[in-house]
Amino acid sequence: MNYTSMELLQLSAALRNREISSRELTEAVFRTIDAREEAIGAYITLTRDLAIKQADRVDALLGQGLTLPALAGIPGALKDNIATRGIRTTNASRMLETFVPPYDAFVWRLLRQQEIVLTGKTNMDEFAMGHSTETSAFHLTRNPYDTTRVPGGSSGGSAAAVASGEACFALGTDTGGSVRQPAALCGLVGLRPTYGLISRRGVTSFASSLDQVGTMTRSVRDNALLLDAIAVRDKKDVHSVGHEGESYLDAISEPLSSPIIGWPESYFNSGDLAGDVREQLEKALHFYESIGARIIPVDLKTLDASLAAYYIISSAEGFSAMNRYDGVHYGYRSETVESLEDVYVKSRTEALGPEVKRRILLGCFALSNDQYDDYFLKATQVRTLVKQEFENVFQSCDAILTPVTATTAWPIGTLPEESGGGRYSNDRFTLPASLTGMPAISVPVGLSDKGLPVGMQLMGKRFSESLLYRLAACYEDAHGLLATPGEVK
Amino acid sequence: MSIHDYESVIGLEVHVELKTTHKLFCECATTFGAPPNTQVCPVCLAMPGALPALNREVVEFAVRAGIATHCTIEHRSCFDRKNYFYPDLPKAYQVTQNEFPICTGGYLDIATGDQVKRIRIERIHMEEDAGKLIHISEEGTLVDCNRCGVPLIEIVSQPDLRNGEEAVAYLRKLRAIARYTGISDGKMNEGSLRCDVNLSIRKKGEQTLGTRVELKNLNSFNFIARAIDSEFKRQVEIVEQGGTLVQETRRFDEKTGQTYAMRKKEQAADYRYLPDPDLVPVEIEAEEVNRIRVAIPRLPEERKEQYIRDYDLTAYEAERLTDDKELSDFFEKAVQETTYPKILVNVILADVAPLYAEEPLDDPVNPASLGKLSNLLATGEINSNTGRKVLKALMEEDFDPTSYVSEHDLAQINDREKLQETVDDSIAANERAIKDYLGGKDSAIRAIVGRVMKDTGGRANPILVETMIKEAIGGR
Repeated sequence: MNYTSMELLQLSAALRNREISSRELTEAVFRTIDAREEAIGAYITLTRDLAIKQADRVDALLGQGLTLPALAGIPGALKDNIATRGIRTTNASRMLETFVPPYDAFVWRLLRQQEIVLTGKTNMDEFAMGHSTETSAFHLTRNPYDTTRVPGGSSGGSAAAVASGEACFALGTDTGGSVRQPAALCGLVGLRPTYGLISRRGVTSFASSLDQVGTMTRSVRDNALLLDAIAVRDKKDVHSVGHEGESYLDAISEPLSSPIIGWPESYFNSGDLAGDVREQLEKALHFYESIGARIIPVDLKTLDASLAAYYIISSAEGFSAMNRYDGVHYGYRSETVESLEDVYVKSRTEALGPEVKRRILLGCFALSNDQYDDYFLKATQVRTLVKQEFENVFQSCDAILTPVTATTAWPIGTLPEESGGGRYSNDRFTLPASLTGMPAISVPVGLSDKGLPVGMQLMGKRFSESLLYRLAACYEDAHGLLATPGEVK
Repeated sequence: MSIHDYESVIGLEVHVELKTTHKLFCECATTFGAPPNTQVCPVCLAMPGALPALNREVVEFAVRAGIATHCTIEHRSCFDRKNYFYPDLPKAYQVTQNEFPICTGGYLDIATGDQVKRIRIERIHMEEDAGKLIHISEEGTLVDCNRCGVPLIEIVSQPDLRNGEEAVAYLRKLRAIARYTGISDGKMNEGSLRCDVNLSIRKKGEQTLGTRVELKNLNSFNFIARAIDSEFKRQVEIVEQGGTLVQETRRFDEKTGQTYAMRKKEQAADYRYLPDPDLVPVEIEAEEVNRIRVAIPRLPEERKEQYIRDYDLTAYEAERLTDDKELSDFFEKAVQETTYPKILVNVILADVAPLYAEEPLDDPVNPASLGKLSNLLATGEINSNTGRKVLKALMEEDFDPTSYVSEHDLAQINDREKLQETVDDSIAANERAIKDYLGGKDSAIRAIVGRVMKDTGGRANPILVETMIKEAIGGR
């Protein structure tokens, strides 16, 4: 039996019924890791010993006849910007290569309470700045569907781990699309929840007003199950609201009564939207029409402005958040310092990568006295406009269907095709949800001719996760799970 | 032109460290003087992912300060990040309120001489303190992060002050308010009250502002007054000699009494402020402001008016008494025991107030006993000489002054008959003084009175003695 391609709910049932033990499941996952990790490079740190200990503990507890939470005993992975006490948390940066936090992120504490098994900490773009996991200071991560291609990013390690069976689920973080985009490129379900639904405490800040933890799984129901475990209010994160009432998993079973889905023409008429992506998305639209949904065109004019606003705001906040890595208190310090200025300049020059430096400079510029009004202030005004635009649009529809990315996974070492927006333009479809704080889910639609996954993005009003899950589950139920990389070959 | 044709234009930025139990954004203690780096956590050490959680007590303290300085309490205020690198600032930004402070547009009235002057307050905002650097010669510099994140309010005045005396009067008043409202100890020596001075000069009568110099690291009232006077002279000299002033930050050297530039190259600071996305705006409802207002103990202004009204004190006396909360509290306890408040105030201002000097103090003497002592003074049962002796004894050990006076036979001698012999003796022994006195030297009589006082162990009524001497030797 191939445990690692089973859904979480099936695994959970099998563990409870003692058809398998957590130890067996964990060892199976690590066998996959042993077989695939060299080719994939999903992890920065593997926590094999801890995982075996956690698995044995779960087996012992189940042996005592205890009822454990649904995720108990199931191996999952965390992006390496989520603090794990006693386990190094590098953020894929030389700066924090040896940093071992003396505290747990709130989400990791919740997952420990669920008695999950931790496989390890996954690779990512350095400090989550990037969209291909190539800016990791340590190594590349390869797309399990085609190892010559990127897995996306910045949560590329988490996506690749789940897609390759090196973890049964994973958490990522999404600032501008870092969960949804790698999920799409690796054929997974990836949710960026409403801003504030999941605590950010203990998750390294990149741009605090945009950062959200997101869930990455093979199926929609798995995703809901995982979200149920971590959508808990944290009193020490002022933005945290948590979720009360019916579980997301249960809500999926509720009937979907003829939803209205908005179809933003501006997104589909973007010059560089690849043919195979368009084709798959049109398939999805037709599917929803066929089950009684009303598809209406919606007018969203702020797509291009969102791109600029996002990069200014995220870089400004990122500049400020990154300054603490100064070589003084913890983390990397250059060995050749002779003055205080050396501590700052050399440590940062040596330990931060080019993409991080680019964002710091961008943010530093946008906030400077002379530029503030033209850049940062203007960007925050654009952000308000984007919010208003979506509020208006959601008066007339329940959800909006868009591409996640303009293309499928691109070859390592190249940039995705540009549409005039420069190096970041392929990210643009995911940015509006980030700027507005609304939830958005990336759902696999199918494979391209080249056998590469294509995802669709469903966006909804704040706290409409249940509706998004229902819409996504509808599609998944009708089409089945996407073929795994192993099945494709 | 001379120095008298110029005036200083001074504004103060005063930092008050709030004595809340916990830090501004975490639950670490704020105790002063703890061993280095024992009151720290991932939040105040700026570890990755640590998030601030606002300590609401700080908001209440800031509002108290705002109410006491007649400010508008803003319904909504915001925290910003002020970005700069320094080893005592682990986040590399200070969380402060730049654009929308919690209190705006207040004032304080200060007394200078007989005048009352209104000093306008531009704003009060909340912010976090930085840590401390400890320099060890030949070894290097260590960082103590205990103070990182300790809450401060910064009170920014308008440039309404004109000299060191006014600046000190304003600071005393602020410190009194901090203590009255219970928000801070206001100890300059421990850094819980810190003051930066912005000073420029102009010719009297002009309205324009000159080049501003900032004076930093001033840690006593005395230094502040001296630094201001010295900087004023320096600036006038430069301008008089046709020189140009540069905008810079200067430090005061206590030994030389001069100010000197802290850094030669003054880089234009760009702190790249941005709203702190880890925090939400601070909102405070009118109801809560009222609740805080009602709970504030009586403030110096109110006490002052009451003292003038109820005890017939002069404005000066009332001001001196209310300068210091502890002193004012002391007076209020003592006054319960006396029917002669004016006498009590004389004793307090002469012999007790100086003890309060710069730092807060427990009652140096039982106030009730001092009240009783003033009664004895007022009724002439003892003279002021004896009064001072008894007070000194009271500071050692408390007792009932009335019984003490009778037990130790200290009562003032008001009986002419009892004094007559001693007065006569004194006159006989001071021929020279008598001659001087009769020759027109009034003060010469003191020697004759002094002899009587000495002979009676200081107990004679000096006024009576003087009258008796004058009667005896005739003359004026």
